[in-house]
Amino acid sequence: MPDTLRPTDSESPRPAQSLHTPIKRRSFFMYAGATAGVTALALAGCSKESETTAPSINVSLGFGDASVLNYAYALEQLEAAFYAKAVAATTTVLSTAEKAVLTNVATHEAIHRDFLQAAINRDFPGQLLQTLTFKFDDATFTDRTRLLTAAKTFEDLGVAAYNGAGKLFKVPAYVSIAGQIVSVEARHAAYVRDLLTSGSFAAIDQVDATTGLDKQMAPADVIKIVNTYLDATVVQLDVSTIGQ
Amino acid sequence: MNLFNIIEHLAEVDSDVLGRFDSRRAVFNSLGSVAKRAALATSPLFLGALFQKAYAGTTSTPIDVLNYALTLELLEADFYRQFIAARQIPSGADDTAIRLIKSHEDAHVTALTAAIRALSGTPVAGTATTGIRFNASLLPASYADQLKLAQLLEDTGVRAYKGRAAELLGAPNDLLTVALQIHSVEARHAAHIRSMRNQLPWPNAADDVATDTTYTGGVPNTSTTSTVVTLGGTTYGIPAYERTKPSMAESNINQGAIGTKAALPITTAFGDTPPKYSADDAAAAFDEALQPAEVLDASRAGRLLA
Repeated sequence: MPDTLRPTDSESPRPAQSLHTPIKRRSFFMYAGATAGVTALALAGCSKESETTAPSINVSLGFGDASVLNYAYALEQLEAAFYAKAVAATTTVLSTAEKAVLTNVATHEAIHRDFLQAAINRDFPGQLLQTLTFKFDDATFTDRTRLLTAAKTFEDLGVAAYNGAGKLFKVPAYVSIAGQIVSVEARHAAYVRDLLTSGSFAAIDQVDATTGLDKQMAPADVIKIVNTYLDATVVQLDVSTIGQ
Repeated sequence: MNLFNIIEHLAEVDSDVLGRFDSRRAVFNSLGSVAKRAALATSPLFLGALFQKAYAGTTSTPIDVLNYALTLELLEADFYRQFIAARQIPSGADDTAIRLIKSHEDAHVTALTAAIRALSGTPVAGTATTGIRFNASLLPASYADQLKLAQLLEDTGVRAYKGRAAELLGAPNDLLTVALQIHSVEARHAAHIRSMRNQLPWPNAADDVATDTTYTGGVPNTSTTSTVVTLGGTTYGIPAYERTKPSMAESNINQGAIGTKAALPITTAFGDTPPKYSADDAAAAFDEALQPAEVLDASRAGRLLA
């Protein structure tokens, strides 16, 4: 992956406490059945009785409320990395006013990312998802329509993901915290949609005309999309145990 | 279903949970019709609901929460009806947007009314002349002021849903998800109306209405302490106002307090010197909740009810 596709140093998250999420033996065997290739890797790790460094590209989000928070953390890492690139100084496809607002948006996403990281470390020590490196198509950032379309995709995805994940929490206080973030994502989504197509802030491709309900998506469907922005030879997120 | 696993989960977050199991009958009664109870009793959802109810320590039922949401949707829907009827909205994009927003509020009224009936509850109701409706005498004369009021109503709606969604965790019929799906639509509405008014899409200190009670915390000490609301043809409960824990103003920058775990101050929590994030960005990155007593207070949406 070219260096230009990586978030700049100043914008990238600080390294997590542990770059490699420890994988317990229980999850270990779960992955072992996933694919033949991974099985071979997993068995190699198994023979060493390693508890912490299974050489698998599959990274579990974990269990319980920690897994749901890690799910949100993964999404915020993706959004923060995207916007950091989108508002980088060399980007000229946005007007001054648009860039100013999207710079605010970029900061909100970075705050969400850092906040979730700190909250997971506080409440679930040792269970923080690793820092992720995303790959974006360079052409996305040199064309206004493509840039805003990508922003819309990420914002709408975030809204649908939070909407679908609320019920997975066990402790109500986390639902409240997620609620404080998702409405800001919805505000971003509406703004970006209006920039792309005026008046599309709640268009029928996102808000059902009959029920008036926004989209909601299951974690497996969301992560399938997130994984396409990760290097498939390095890391793929696994949500199979989310909320369990 | 392994009951021991569940109890283990309960004990992880609340060591007193076993002592609260005697409230199970009350919880059971709150869960709706006989048929639903029978179905729920055999599903993990039931135990989930039992836990959430016990943990939340609230006497509100899902029907109470939905009636509260429906109250606000009826108010919004009737406001937009009067807003459109006043014929001040410029044709074109503005008119299209306001009509789209009204169609969503109408749909939310329909959805919530049906959801309450599905739980064998009595939904609050309103028409142009009866029940829950917008106080016509408070509709501003100018389009600019009407639009400003729309912003205040939408931003209040966002805060109101946020204040109660967690109570629906474990409720039947996936009601938490439905509430969240309405909540984010209200946020989209708020953002668009803000853009129509040349404001940033989120509450911020530079707003022309930044000091409005919509964005402040708490309510005056003289406000009601009632935990029962009678409106629109029925009565429903709301949680008692927690005066010692008034809701945060939208300018709040400390997030994530849970129980005895202190909030993280966004401007300084991440150990950066100088701080990586400004107070403005820290405040804007999170929307704040409101307690129902604060929303229904005369200083906020309460005054707009006919």
